[in-house]
Amino acid sequence: MLIIDAILNDFFWRALIGGLGVALVAGPLGCFVVWRRMAYFGDTLAHSALLGIALSFLISVPMNLGVIVTCVVLSVVLVMFQRSRALATDTLLGILAHSALAIGLVALSFMPDIRFDLTGLLFGDLLAMSRTDLLWIYGGAAIILALLAVFWRGLLMSTIHEELAKVEGVQVERLRLILMLMFSIVIAVAMKIVGVLLITALLIIPAATARRLAGNPEQMVGLAIGFGCLAITGGLSMSWFLDTPAGPSVVVTAFCAFLLVYGSARRAPA
Amino acid sequence: MSEALATLQQLTVAFDERVVVDRVDLVIQRGDIITVIGPNGAGKTTLIKAILGIQKPTKGSMALQTGLTIGYVPQHLTLEPTLPLSVRGFMLLSGQSLNVCRDCLGKTGVDHLINASVHHLSGGEKQRLLLARALARKPDLLVLDEPAQGVDINGQAALYDLIRNLRDELNCGVLMVSHDLHLVMAATDKVICLNQHICCSGYPADISHDPAFIDTFGRPVAESLAVYHHHHNHSHDLHGDVVVKGQGHPDHGSCDHAHH
Repeated sequence: MLIIDAILNDFFWRALIGGLGVALVAGPLGCFVVWRRMAYFGDTLAHSALLGIALSFLISVPMNLGVIVTCVVLSVVLVMFQRSRALATDTLLGILAHSALAIGLVALSFMPDIRFDLTGLLFGDLLAMSRTDLLWIYGGAAIILALLAVFWRGLLMSTIHEELAKVEGVQVERLRLILMLMFSIVIAVAMKIVGVLLITALLIIPAATARRLAGNPEQMVGLAIGFGCLAITGGLSMSWFLDTPAGPSVVVTAFCAFLLVYGSARRAPA
Repeated sequence: MSEALATLQQLTVAFDERVVVDRVDLVIQRGDIITVIGPNGAGKTTLIKAILGIQKPTKGSMALQTGLTIGYVPQHLTLEPTLPLSVRGFMLLSGQSLNVCRDCLGKTGVDHLINASVHHLSGGEKQRLLLARALARKPDLLVLDEPAQGVDINGQAALYDLIRNLRDELNCGVLMVSHDLHLVMAATDKVICLNQHICCSGYPADISHDPAFIDTFGRPVAESLAVYHHHHNHSHDLHGDVVVKGQGHPDHGSCDHAHH
């Protein structure tokens, strides 16, 4: 216990442990973002996180909780708008993403007595990871991994062919909501690592890198987790030795791995 | 022995006042092969979706036999290029054992592709994979939405033959939608001509003379179908002794050629 305590007292190790926890769930969820073409959707949710932060300051609830609730509400609104087909999805996402970000910034400006680090929110503040943050990350990760394990077949089936899945008795609508809930959780906990502006990168770059080497969906998820962990470790080391900002360093490392894999692998299997 | 698998009564589907399927009465029996034909926008796919339970009817009723398993073969399988998936993986997602999956792939003639990537299959192979996937669920009712799309003409004939054989083997009902009038007429038991409402229905040999059918598809199509159908019966010896006289059509030979 003493050793664990000592490790958790060191900010670098806390950052690493927290980062690896996020990579563990960003891998599988990132695969779904890539498979279902939801990159822009992820971006929108991430942008709305700032609004969630402002709201949680306003009614004094834990920041993570505020972000999760805001993201869930926004995704439900989004699905409803999408059904009405009044606007193309990308237009809708563009409107919601930037409006949520702007409303969040404006709302925060009305709270001058609250001190917060805007740069940290936008680009991550990995090295300020607290023990409470670690609890949130591993609690969230446990929930997400459990949901993924239970609903894996249905999620994959509805990703491959939604109507076929429906005919086979998969609760497609319910699974879509569960997927959005999982995104909201991962955004709330990953915000600390890479910031709201870079979360989508942490989701899609490792997954896209993994695609090049994977022959089946499960392999792709495993590889995406691996590349995510690599990005976290590499980014943190880079930040440590070169004194670069941690969040962007993680994304840069992920991007380097992506370039390396796509440059060297001859062709994608399967 | 007749056993109603699905019973539609006055089934109506409307989108914002626009009636797409209009008061359709239909009973699908075990052992039936029913083909729905009709012009574009006739509501064929919507009708199928209502039977599959994907589309809620606006009015009327649709009842399935209790405990009925439906095997659905969708029009396309367009897989995201980013999703790596093998034929084996796709089949196993049905929840059946590998042996059952292998067996079903064998029935549709694509068992040699079990380790192939779904991305590398041709149009015809994909349709056969989807069919195998539907069979894995041991369906009582097989529903196919334009199964021959993207399949070349010889492949289409083979596919319809396969569907007939599967019906005989599994003793299931078959409902399909099709555009390929000629082949449908040859392969099906009963044709339903849909144009929002059922404008006519019956056996292929009769329907091509139906005034409503001629109205919907035009006289040239109806006539060519009549010719084709008689020819087909003849060449398959279904009515061995019926030799249709006066059918010395110039395309007789080429038809034969295309079909054997």
